[in-house]
Amino acid sequence: MSSPSETPPVVAHHPALRHHFDTMATQKDSSLLGMWVFIAQEIMFFGGMLAAYAIYRNVYYDAFAAGSHHLDVKLGTINTAVLICSSLTMALGVHAAALGKRKATVLFLLLTIALGSVFLGIKVVEYADKFHHDLVPGPRYSAESLHGAHGEALSADTARHSELFFALYFGLTGLHALHMIIGVPIIAIMAWKAGHGRFGPAYYTPVEVTGLYWHFVDIVWIFLFPLLYLIPHHA
Amino acid sequence: MYAMIAGGVDTGWTFYVPYSTHYSNTHVIATGLGIFITGFSSILTGLNFIVTIHKMRAPGLTWWRLPLFVWAHYATSLIMILGTPVIAVTVLMVALENGLHLGIFDPALGGDPILFQHLFWFYSHPAVYIMILPAMGVISELVQGMSRKQIFGYSFIAISSLAIAMLGFLVWGHHMFVSGQSTYLGLVFSGISFLVAIPSAVKVFNWTATLYKGSISLDTPMLYALGFIGLFTIGGLTGLFLASLSLDVHLTDTYFIVAHFHYIMVGGAIMGYLGGLHYWWPKISGRLYPEAWGRVGAIIIFAGFNLTFGPQFILGYLGMPRRYHYYPPEFQILHVMSSAGASILALGYLLPLVYFTWSMRYGPRAGANPWDARGLEWEIPSPPPTENFVGQPVVTARTYEYGSEEGATVV
Repeated sequence: MSSPSETPPVVAHHPALRHHFDTMATQKDSSLLGMWVFIAQEIMFFGGMLAAYAIYRNVYYDAFAAGSHHLDVKLGTINTAVLICSSLTMALGVHAAALGKRKATVLFLLLTIALGSVFLGIKVVEYADKFHHDLVPGPRYSAESLHGAHGEALSADTARHSELFFALYFGLTGLHALHMIIGVPIIAIMAWKAGHGRFGPAYYTPVEVTGLYWHFVDIVWIFLFPLLYLIPHHA
Repeated sequence: MYAMIAGGVDTGWTFYVPYSTHYSNTHVIATGLGIFITGFSSILTGLNFIVTIHKMRAPGLTWWRLPLFVWAHYATSLIMILGTPVIAVTVLMVALENGLHLGIFDPALGGDPILFQHLFWFYSHPAVYIMILPAMGVISELVQGMSRKQIFGYSFIAISSLAIAMLGFLVWGHHMFVSGQSTYLGLVFSGISFLVAIPSAVKVFNWTATLYKGSISLDTPMLYALGFIGLFTIGGLTGLFLASLSLDVHLTDTYFIVAHFHYIMVGGAIMGYLGGLHYWWPKISGRLYPEAWGRVGAIIIFAGFNLTFGPQFILGYLGMPRRYHYYPPEFQILHVMSSAGASILALGYLLPLVYFTWSMRYGPRAGANPWDARGLEWEIPSPPPTENFVGQPVVTARTYEYGSEEGATVV
């Protein structure tokens, strides 16, 4: 056993290597696993509210179908496409960073931000429509603008329970939007760092970890879209 | 903290709806925010442990060579990762309900207050395993270190931690036997709750078997470990009473529950932490605490604890409900015993505070390995320097090798 007073040998290493890691490979593996574990807890986080959704949709199917009918499927579809494209640009950004292409990385990350912002913009339009029709749960909620599958008026119970649909609609899409609002500035920081040449083939872990997060947010929407928008369309 | 200063909350610790949504005029949302922020720290701690255990083990430190304390933390971290987010989203929904009256938990709008209880206990039952599992890990270390013997049934102890973590997610309904949930659901939860006894008993038997033919020293950490094994066994066996659907209906909300809970959480978890604190105190501070006082403290705590919570089993079985200040006169003697025990227990808790503080200044130097124990942490100076190891340690055998004099590692 060597004596404690000896100083460890100083070895030249990559400037981004933190002192508690031995190699860049361990550091990257650890960061990626950390994000995967974080995503696991995110799934449980959304899972709690999705459990509430699953139960109430089963019990109050008519009210949920009527509420879902009011949502704008066209805007929802556009948003789905926008978000999938943003996942593509994100993946291309990670790829460019891995190849050390500085300009391409910045371009793709900025495109991702732009697409994310378009998504949030369309979400604002949709939210505004709900406010306009008094479909925001709370004291002013009114189901008057809702109707059944064939245009008939809703029964008193169904009308009352439709508020639950909109509570969960705002809860789930709101949480999802919040995740995007957190994601956009993080991608902006990545773009700034990439522009300043901080990343290269030897070190682009932050971009990749951000990418994982963004793809997760995208996947959540892939689930939310059919669950919220397409209820009456299922046979 | 803000909520406490501003006047506290009047919901009880469980935050049950509708107390927390409709009838509370206090700072539910502020407290919820506090829980939410604390949740982040739990999740990130769990994440840190999992990633470290997976990716940053020393060369040669394979999974089956890990100290059992590390296995216990791995299981705990899994619970923190998978459980905490559920309570986070539940608290969020309570805050929204409290602020905006959305109706998610409000029957008047079609919501269901029982849903809150399900989501709440989905986290809050595993949460007690978050408290006990690290203590179990500590006991595994103490028992082998203090009987100077390779632990018996290493892999069974390691796997039983994971089994407890997994089963912990499937038994939340046993807190809700009288909530009005379906009887069939209650039956299933009752059955799965019994299953938790299996990995718990595996641990107890393995600890006891480790003692067999060991060279046992009855130093303070060992006294706490033995106390843990005894009290945890009582707590565990009374848990079986409560897991029985029909008996639980009689015992719900009585002192029996209070006693069972404290036998696990105080007799189990806190004994484990105190034992661990004594075991690693020389490593943490570099000083030895006064051994005689340590033993006195351990015995006082053990005696005071049993006097406090032992009578509560009888009180609860006789029907004394919890949270009542008035009771029939024949219960008086048991209540007095319980209160007297609590005072003795408090004395026992103050003792370590005094002699630990004393030892930090006046205690004799501990040296690297005062217990002559095995394991990586005993090969470096106490207290450990900032760079733990001068060179990369290479692990060549399981942690608890007492056969060879060289120890398990080369530096």
